Amino acid sequence: MSNAKLAIFLPFVESARVVSMNEKETIVVDTASAGVAAPDALVRYPPGDLAIWIFILAELLVFGVFFSSYAFNRMNHVELFNQYQATLDRDAALINTLALLTSSYFVIRGVVAAREGNNRLCAHWIWGAVAMGGVFLVVKSAEYSHHIGAGISLSTNEFYMFYLSLTFFHFMHVILGMVILAAVAVKAGQGGYSREDHVGVETGASYWHMVDLVWLILFPLVYVMR
Amino acid sequence: MQYQSQSVAKPYFIAAIGLFVGQILFGLIMGLQYVIGDFMFPEIPFNVARMVHTNLLIVWLLFGFMGATYYLVPEEAERELFSPLLAHLMFWIFLIAGALTVLGYLLVPYATLAELTHNELLPTMGREFLEQPTITKLGIVVVALAFLFNIGMTILKGRKTAISLVLLIGLLGLAVFFLFAFYNPDNLAKDKYYWWFVVHLWVEGVWELILGSILAFVLIKTTGVDREVIEKWLYVIIAMALITGLVGTGHHFYWIGTPEYWQWWGSIFSALEPIPFFMMTVFAFNMVNRRRRNHPNKAAVLWAMGTAVMAFLGAGVWGFMHTLAPVNYYTHGTQITAAHGHMAFYGAYVMIVLTMISYAMPMLRGREAAPSVRSQVLEMWSFWLMTVSMVFITLFLTGAGILQVYLQRFSDNPLPFMVAQDKVELFYWMREVAGVVFLIGLIVYIASFFVGSRDPEPVAGAVEPAAAA
Repeated sequence: MSNAKLAIFLPFVESARVVSMNEKETIVVDTASAGVAAPDALVRYPPGDLAIWIFILAELLVFGVFFSSYAFNRMNHVELFNQYQATLDRDAALINTLALLTSSYFVIRGVVAAREGNNRLCAHWIWGAVAMGGVFLVVKSAEYSHHIGAGISLSTNEFYMFYLSLTFFHFMHVILGMVILAAVAVKAGQGGYSREDHVGVETGASYWHMVDLVWLILFPLVYVMR
Repeated sequence: MQYQSQSVAKPYFIAAIGLFVGQILFGLIMGLQYVIGDFMFPEIPFNVARMVHTNLLIVWLLFGFMGATYYLVPEEAERELFSPLLAHLMFWIFLIAGALTVLGYLLVPYATLAELTHNELLPTMGREFLEQPTITKLGIVVVALAFLFNIGMTILKGRKTAISLVLLIGLLGLAVFFLFAFYNPDNLAKDKYYWWFVVHLWVEGVWELILGSILAFVLIKTTGVDREVIEKWLYVIIAMALITGLVGTGHHFYWIGTPEYWQWWGSIFSALEPIPFFMMTVFAFNMVNRRRRNHPNKAAVLWAMGTAVMAFLGAGVWGFMHTLAPVNYYTHGTQITAAHGHMAFYGAYVMIVLTMISYAMPMLRGREAAPSVRSQVLEMWSFWLMTVSMVFITLFLTGAGILQVYLQRFSDNPLPFMVAQDKVELFYWMREVAGVVFLIGLIVYIASFFVGSRDPEPVAGAVEPAAAA
């Protein structure tokens, strides 16, 4: 084979090498997230376990697809959406927004306490966040029981279908987030974290912030925007 | 082999491979009937061949899962199996019940089989994939319960690992969802609705847990990567598989008389079902790249990586192709579905069972860790023959499907079903040729067990820095 012909293959060869280098990079990143305390645990980015970030991104993708479906559907039924949006309890949703924001603040205080190696304080803050999650569940359940009492279901109309689907899917995430936070709080209560190793707290915190973030989009999108 | 009782896996694996051969033979018969309609008629009509082809697939995969579990669980639990005797007994019950059922399909008309087995007492027959006589279904439940008891007791008394727990949840789900096979409402919409609780929630739900845990086990064993890292991936993958897979059931509820919201729920969630499969591919390759040792059983590693890739393509990509409601409106029940079914079942479940057999069989046959080089070379040949021919089967069926959708449903002058079928004949012929290559691959696979049995074991090597790329 002549050199000229070989050259055609060169770009391919080079790009193949780049790919394999990328793989090595992935390895490095992954090793850092093996769950064992790295010396630079305090400044590591992203905080928490890499696995939870993959999960968070996948979850955000699910919600993203859901939000876009909502938006496209609303485009075709603007009047219907506006009409039935007015039937939602915005005050309850506002209380829930504040509850989740407060819970995220508590979680941050928990992470700060864990970074200082204060397990007891960390557990207190995280339990506080779980309690605020509980407030969210109670308020949201009251809203659901009101809707169910009014005979509203997924089949009532397009707006309610999206409203119920989106908020219920998020509701399930609040429960999952609370379970994760509770596990973190229990471990902290047992003195399971240290100044050097508190990846678990940051992992739980990252997930909880995702749950909060999704609500911060959901609230204006479904309850407020006209 | 670390525990004596792991050896109960061997007959399960042998039976699985035997039934696999049967499945492929009936697949070839049926493939020919697509183009030569009266081939082997009236001895083996198309509907019987199809029933045997699909039922054998399910049964041999179940044999494979059970064998894999019997091999995996003692090693994970670090103790002998609770009752090897029970495992042996269940093997024979399951095998004989399976054989009698298939003979029943082949020897008497289906209606006669229903009469003979007193289907009228508890009617459960006549539904696609769940054609088994009620008595067989009851037998399956008994076998499943005894199996779960045996496995559950072993895990309960031994070390509990993420892998064995995920596997147990998967197997429990498999048993629980099978119970919907006994619910046979008169309302056709309801009938279909609950039928999917078995069919979909198996292959796109709990079976994925079984797949994930077996893959994780083989990767731990062959790569030497920390259990902690692998288990973390397993958790993330199965969480995603469950979220997308469970609600994704909705993609079967578009046109069967269920409420309209399923078109949204089904489209959105099932469209995301490829994500866990993609994660699985990244996971498998990442773990192999980070391996701490070069396992001497290269064939098993090849199967493991092949599973991850083919599951993503077959279940993920080919599933996504026709999962959105507006697309499915045209493609529903065409050869597109058949194409997806072939590559998804092969890529996800056939390959994971073959991965486990490839990894475990050498030990079950008294070797240290791996078959001889000659045997592995043959096995890798069979890997490529079967995998590449399955890719072609899938591509030909996809071609047939696209043409079918156009001719029968999309064009300005839609053709009747059978006329459209005649027009895509060429694709069916090519699919049949690819099927023959698949059978050759399967024969090579079986031959690999009989080659070089006395040859020495290949040596396990340390990982060279360059090999990590």
